[in-house]
Amino acid sequence: MTTLIVNGDSRTIEASPDTPLLYVLRDELGLNAAKFGCGLGQCGACTVIVDGKAVFSCVTPVMVLEGRTVTTLEGIGSRDAPGPMQRAFIAEQAAQCGYCIPGMMMRAQALLNRDPHATDESIEAELQPHLCRCGTHMRILRAIRRAAEEMRPKTVEARTAR
Amino acid sequence: MMQAVSRRSVLAGAGALIVAFRLSGTHAQTETGTGGSPSKHGLPGSLDDTPRIDAWIRIDASGAATILTGKAELGQGLKTALLQVAAEELKLPLERLSLVTADTARTPNEGYTAASHSMQDSGTAIRNAAAQARELLRDEAARRLGMSAASLQVRGGEVFGTDGKRLGYGELVRDQLLSVDAGQTSRLTSPADFAVMSRPVPRVDIPAKVTGGAAYVHDLRPEGMLHGRVVRPPSYGATLRDCDVARVERMAGIVKVVRDGNFLGVIAEREWAAVQGMRTLAATTNWIEREALPDEADLPAALMNLPSRDTTIHGTGNPGAPGILVEGTFSRPYLTHGSIGPSCALAQLEEGKLTLWTHTQGVFFLRDAIAGMLRMPAENVRCVHAEGAGCYGHNGADDVAADAAILAVAVPGRPVRVQLMREQEHAWDPFGPGMVVKLKATVGADGAIADWHHEVWSQSHMMRPGPPGTLIAARLKSDPFPPAPPVALAQPEGGGDRNAIPLYAIANCRVVSHFVPDMPLRGSSMRSLGAYLNVFSIEAVLDELAVRSNQDPVAFRLRHMEDPRARAVIESAASRFGWTARVKSSENIGFGIGFARYKNLEAWCAVAVEVEVIRLNGAVRVRRVVAAVDTGQIVNPDGVRNQIEGGILQATSWTLFERVTFDRTRVTSVDWSAYPIVRFDSVPGTVEVHLVDRPGDAFYGVAEAAQGPTGAALANAIRDATGVRFYQLPITPARIKKAMDA
Ligand code: FES
Ligand code: FES
Repeated sequence: MTTLIVNGDSRTIEASPDTPLLYVLRDELGLNAAKFGCGLGQCGACTVIVDGKAVFSCVTPVMVLEGRTVTTLEGIGSRDAPGPMQRAFIAEQAAQCGYCIPGMMMRAQALLNRDPHATDESIEAELQPHLCRCGTHMRILRAIRRAAEEMRPKTVEARTAR
Repeated sequence: MMQAVSRRSVLAGAGALIVAFRLSGTHAQTETGTGGSPSKHGLPGSLDDTPRIDAWIRIDASGAATILTGKAELGQGLKTALLQVAAEELKLPLERLSLVTADTARTPNEGYTAASHSMQDSGTAIRNAAAQARELLRDEAARRLGMSAASLQVRGGEVFGTDGKRLGYGELVRDQLLSVDAGQTSRLTSPADFAVMSRPVPRVDIPAKVTGGAAYVHDLRPEGMLHGRVVRPPSYGATLRDCDVARVERMAGIVKVVRDGNFLGVIAEREWAAVQGMRTLAATTNWIEREALPDEADLPAALMNLPSRDTTIHGTGNPGAPGILVEGTFSRPYLTHGSIGPSCALAQLEEGKLTLWTHTQGVFFLRDAIAGMLRMPAENVRCVHAEGAGCYGHNGADDVAADAAILAVAVPGRPVRVQLMREQEHAWDPFGPGMVVKLKATVGADGAIADWHHEVWSQSHMMRPGPPGTLIAARLKSDPFPPAPPVALAQPEGGGDRNAIPLYAIANCRVVSHFVPDMPLRGSSMRSLGAYLNVFSIEAVLDELAVRSNQDPVAFRLRHMEDPRARAVIESAASRFGWTARVKSSENIGFGIGFARYKNLEAWCAVAVEVEVIRLNGAVRVRRVVAAVDTGQIVNPDGVRNQIEGGILQATSWTLFERVTFDRTRVTSVDWSAYPIVRFDSVPGTVEVHLVDRPGDAFYGVAEAAQGPTGAALANAIRDATGVRFYQLPITPARIKKAMDA
C-alpha cells in the first residue's frame, strides 16, 4: 500500500508498488487527464506534477511516491472553474484532437509555477519532450504565453491600481 | 469538374437562397464509401441517401434539437461546425442543440469520415434538412395561427405572428411533423444574414479536453469493465509455434488468456495486470517468421519493379516537345499515422448482441467487418463512435475494435477495454504507402511548359474495413479470412494518383498511374493519400523549370494557371508573404512556394515559406510560413485556420523527418525514437493562414489541403537556399549535409 496526496487529497493506493503512476491515476482513481501515449517516456502525454516537477507518470512506479504530492490537470481547475492555464488553452482554441494537451499543460504549469517570467525560448525548450501529432504547436505556444501573462504576479503599481 | 456532391444553382433570393439541386454525372468508387452510385433522390449531400428530415433533426417538447450525423469527430472540429450549420438554419441558439455522432443504431450511414468530405456530405445534408425543418415548423404555426406563412417570423426557436402571438418549436412539433422526406428545394439563409455560420465559434469539445473530462473512448469506464491487451506477431505472416498460456493464467489479476490461431489476448481486472500479462505471454511465444519485405535501402526500385496495373489517366497533345529538360524520380517512404494515443476500443457482449465503442472512421463498415469476422448477423453488432486521439486516416482503430470484440466474446456480459501498446500501433499501422513519381518536363524557348510526363507508382490507399480480411485479428484467427482485395480508388478523386494530373494549363501532358496490387507492407489511407507526393513532385519540377528558364516561380505558376480561384490563393499567399520584395538576409536563406487544389476538386491552398539551412549540420529552420486558402463557404473560420496550421506542421514533419524503417522481416521503427517527428525545437517561427471567403458558395473540403503545398514549398525553399534539389523524402539534415559536402 502506498499513500499519495493527489490534487490535495490523501489517497491510499491498492495497486502493487511497481505499478506506474499513470495506471493508478487512470484505472484506480478514475482520473482522465493523464494519457497513455507510449509508456516509454518519449511523448509526454502522461505528464503530471510531482512535488512541483513535471514527471512522466507512465514510467514512475508508485512505490517511489510514498507521501509525495501529485497534481494532475484535474487539480488546476475544472470545467466550471477553469484555472488560468485552462482558460488560456480555451481562449486560444489550442487543441485539435487534444490528446497531447493535458501533458503539455502540466509541464507548462510546472514551469510557470517555478518561473513566472519564463521566456518564449525557455517555454519552447521545456516542451521539447512533448509530441503533438495534430500539429497544434503554434497554438500551444500561444496558449502558454497567454497563461504566463495571466499567472505572472502583477507589479506593485498594478496591484495598488486595482 | 465532377463533384461527388450535386451541383446547385441559385434560383432566387430575398433574405433567403432558394436552392435547387441538379445531378452530376457518373460516380466512381470513393474514399468515403458513399456517393459511388448515381443519385437516388436528387438531394444534396448525404440527404440523398437518407432523405427523412427526422433522421437528421429531432425536436423535443421543450423545443431543444438533437442533430444526428453519420460522421465522426476526429479532432477536426466537426461537431462544432455541424452545430453551427444546424443552429443557423433552425434559428435556434447553439446551446439548445445537441449532437449525436456516428452510431449504427441511431444515425444515418454516411460511410467513412474521410477525404475532407464531412462538410459537403453531412454539413450539406444537415443544413438543408434544418432549413426545411424550419419551414415545416413555420407552416405548422401558420396553420395554427390562421395566418399566411409569409407573414410569420422565425427566430430564437419561436415563430412570431404579426399580432404578437408566438409559438415555440416545442409546442409546434407534434408527432411526425418532421417525419417526412426532404423536398427538392431548401430556403437557405443568405450569407448576409448569418448569425452563427461564418463566425469563429469556440469548439464544443475543447473544455472537456483541457479539464480532464471524459473526452475519449479511452476514458470510458462502465461498471464491471475488464482490461484487455493483445500480443501481436513480431512480423507480417509470422505463425505461432508455441506459447505458455497456463503460466500467464496463473498470474495474479489475470481473468483469461485467449488464443485463437495466431491471435493472442489477455484479459485482466486491472490495466497494469493486463500489460504485465501481455508482456509475460509475449516472452513465452515462439514464432516462425519469414523474410518477405523488400530492401528498404532501395524502396523506389522495389516499388517500380513490382507488377502493376497501368492506366493513362490524362493525355493531351503530343508528347516529346523539345525545350530545356527537367527530370527527376521523387519518392516518399512509408509514413505512419502515429496517433499520440494508441488505438483503443471497448466491447461488450450481452445476450448475443455485441456493442463496440470505437474511434473508427466508419462505424457501419466496421460493424459489417466485425460481424463477418465473428460470423454473427450484422444486426447483432452495434458500433458507436467515441473520440480517439487524432488518427489522420486509417490507423489501428478498426484493428483494436476487432481485438476488443474477440476478447469480449470470451467474457460475455463484461465490458472489455483494449488499448494497443505504442510498439503495436507503430509496427502494425496500415501505413501511408511508400510511393514513387517519375516526372519529366520541358520548358520551351517562349518560356512556357512544352511537355509534361508524370508517372506514379503506388499500392492501394484504401484497405479499410468492409471485408473482415482488413482486420488484423480476422487474419490471425484459426479460421482466418483471406486478405482483402486491394482497392484502386478511381479518378477524379484518385488514390495513389490523387492530384497527379497538374491543374496547370499544359498543352502536351501525359499522366500514367501504376497501381501496384501486391506489396508486402501494409498500407491504407493516410491524410491526403497520394496527393502529398504528387503535388510535391509537380511543384518541384515547376520550380526547376522556372529557375532553369530564369522566371520567377510565382509568376511562372500564374502564367500557367487559368483557374481564377487558384490564381487568387497563389497571389494572396505571395503578397502576404512579401514574395516580390523578398531579400535573403544571408546565403543560408531560401524561399519557396507550393500550390494545389486538393484532389483538383476541393479547397485551393498556396503555401510560401522561408527557411534557413544550417550548413554545419544540414538542419533546416523554418522561419516563417504564409498560407492562403479558399474552402468555399466558411463555417468556422478559426476551425479552418486550426486545420490548415495543423496540416502545415504535420507536413513539415513528414517532409523533414519521417520514415518507416524495416529489415527483410520486420518493421523496425516501432517507437518515437526510431520514428522521429517534429518537436518544438523545429516548429516554424511563425505560421500565418489567410482565408479567402466565398459567401454563399458550396463547402470544399479543407482538412487535407495544406499537406502537398507545404511539402513542396519546403523543398523549393531548401533548393533556393542550397542549390540542391532533393528528390527523396524525408529531406533530413544528414541528406542535406551530404549533398552540400559533395
Ligand atoms: S506516455 Fe509517458 S511519455 Fe509517453
Ligand atoms: S492536439 Fe492532437 S496530438 Fe496534439
